[in-house]
Amino acid sequence: MSQSPLIETINLTKHFDLGKQGGVRQVVHALDGISLQIAEQEILGLVGESGSGKSTYGKTLIGLHDKTAGEVRLRGETLPAHYHPRDFERHATSMQMIFQDPYSSLNPRMTVGEIIGEGLKLHTKASAAEVRDKVTGWLEQVGLQGEHAGRYPHEFSGGQRQRIGIARAMILEPEFVVCDEPISALDVSVQAQVINLLDDLKASMGLTMLFIAHDLSMVRYVSDRMAVMYLGMVVELGPANDVFFSPKHPYTEVLVASNPEPDPITERSRASTTISGEIPSPVNVGAGCRFASRCPKVMDICRSTTPELNPLKDDSKRQVACHLF
Amino acid sequence: MSQPLLKVEDLRVEFDTYGGIVQAVRGVSFDVYAGKTLAIVGESGCGKSVTVQSMMGLIPMPPGRIVSGTALMHDVDIIGRKEIDGRDIRGREIGMIFQDPMTSLNPTMSIGDQIAEPLLVHSGYSKKQAFARAVELLDMTRIPEAEKRARQYPFEFSGGMLQRAMIAMAIACEPKMLIADEPTTALDVTIQAQILDLLNDLRRETGMAIILITHDLGVVARMADEVLVMYAGQVVERGSVDDVFYRSSHPYTLGLRAAMPVNDRSAEHTLTPIDGSPPDLFHPPKGCGYCARCPNAMKICEDSDPEVYAMSETHTSRCWQHHPSATVRVAGLHYREVEA
Repeated sequence: MSQSPLIETINLTKHFDLGKQGGVRQVVHALDGISLQIAEQEILGLVGESGSGKSTYGKTLIGLHDKTAGEVRLRGETLPAHYHPRDFERHATSMQMIFQDPYSSLNPRMTVGEIIGEGLKLHTKASAAEVRDKVTGWLEQVGLQGEHAGRYPHEFSGGQRQRIGIARAMILEPEFVVCDEPISALDVSVQAQVINLLDDLKASMGLTMLFIAHDLSMVRYVSDRMAVMYLGMVVELGPANDVFFSPKHPYTEVLVASNPEPDPITERSRASTTISGEIPSPVNVGAGCRFASRCPKVMDICRSTTPELNPLKDDSKRQVACHLF
Repeated sequence: MSQPLLKVEDLRVEFDTYGGIVQAVRGVSFDVYAGKTLAIVGESGCGKSVTVQSMMGLIPMPPGRIVSGTALMHDVDIIGRKEIDGRDIRGREIGMIFQDPMTSLNPTMSIGDQIAEPLLVHSGYSKKQAFARAVELLDMTRIPEAEKRARQYPFEFSGGMLQRAMIAMAIACEPKMLIADEPTTALDVTIQAQILDLLNDLRRETGMAIILITHDLGVVARMADEVLVMYAGQVVERGSVDDVFYRSSHPYTLGLRAAMPVNDRSAEHTLTPIDGSPPDLFHPPKGCGYCARCPNAMKICEDSDPEVYAMSETHTSRCWQHHPSATVRVAGLHYREVEA
């Protein structure tokens, strides 16, 4: 990338220590050395199965988890490994998160106005009247009405709640937003509403986003670049269309082939593409490629040496972590 | 076509709630044929699950109430019945799997015992025979080391494995029909593909019919022979999978399709959401249920419930725009021309 990234992670690692079991320390390798850069106004899509570490990456990036190793840089400035309350205060206005479940992420005992305005009250010197005005403005901007501010979350549908979550994150006008599966709990007709809203906001506010999801076609639609994670590591990275239409890593190939398309003819002509097995446990993973146990193209070297994420020879925009390349 | 295995006609279901009476299902009819997959699609709250649950006697009554309707299987109405000629309907004639396998299984019983249970109850197997059959069934649903797995408990299984165990249990008594209510919604795509393949293989091997409830049009395209599109408790479009995808004739079906990303590199596709939300089923609209969100709504749509129009022998649409004197006509959204 030519311009300097807005946010980057260098070797970001997050392990969860489960304590000793049978004299052996059990460590969950949720993230192992993830280096990604997100340029200004770029949307990076992050896909992978559950348990691949996508959400942990988003949360660690934004400071909701302490980092085990590695660093996060925002405009070149290294962010603390462990966030103190004052660090949150400092960074809340530049980084925000939209959560997956619009049902559990909104406090049921606060009115919508309180939920959306809370960030402003905490992090700025805005007066009560200013907060009220801004909340009304944002409610309208996300397609709700100003008078909804006095209502409680249970009075809204899933799609409306997700809009409330978006307004809550956006009211501080952050530069960078982590969207953690913002649409997977919603119906198809409503998903498009939320995606278009995010698109509009991106255009009007110049947002930079990390878009985490497991629906590949949606991620391709939304993102500029796409990163594919498997068991705590990035296995493929590149322009979203390239990754989707000509996947290189065997895991990406499987993911794309497993994604059913709303087109019966395509589906009928599709050979069975399933791979056997499931994502293995991330506890105490050994050396070698993490996909080796399920990979249809596995070689001897895969079981002993961990492949690194390297640019493709013929396309420097794309990176793949696989011994085949 | 041959005789349908199941013929549902004019099913109407209501629920009494504090807020009044919810008319969840408002006159649904469909046929299911042996060896075929019928997919029921629609968004949350459109009545997909209630339709099949009421047929199976799984809705609590009260507050639920089946106002009218018949579901004929072997010329016998199964609504409100437990058995046909001494054979239990639930478990034996019709098997069912649910969305969330974790909460559908008993955490205190081993997987093998749970699969064996229907065999003990319905088929008169001995305990030993039933357990041996359970191991076979686990093997059929491609669970590795079935013998060992059968002795384990649900918490030792992953989500995909649990769904396989659920399928094993549902097909234990070799039912003629399997109802799968959002069987893969909670699973990852790679696991979803495995489960869908498994269901297809079982259908081919056993010749059973499948009713697949889903909101994912991709899953429909992959699995279905016939499709029912439901909206606000009614069937708005019904036809073969090609009819519904390539000759979509209801604005709601078109709306759903336009709201989904198309995986075509050349197409500069924008997502077109369906504005608004489904109607309140406490007071269903007098006219068409979709009228408030429909981009082509006419005056008549508000006032009277549309008739069902036949597009072809296999294809129907519940929309006024097919009336001979309708002023508005919407062309179908086609990805690809299909030879008729």
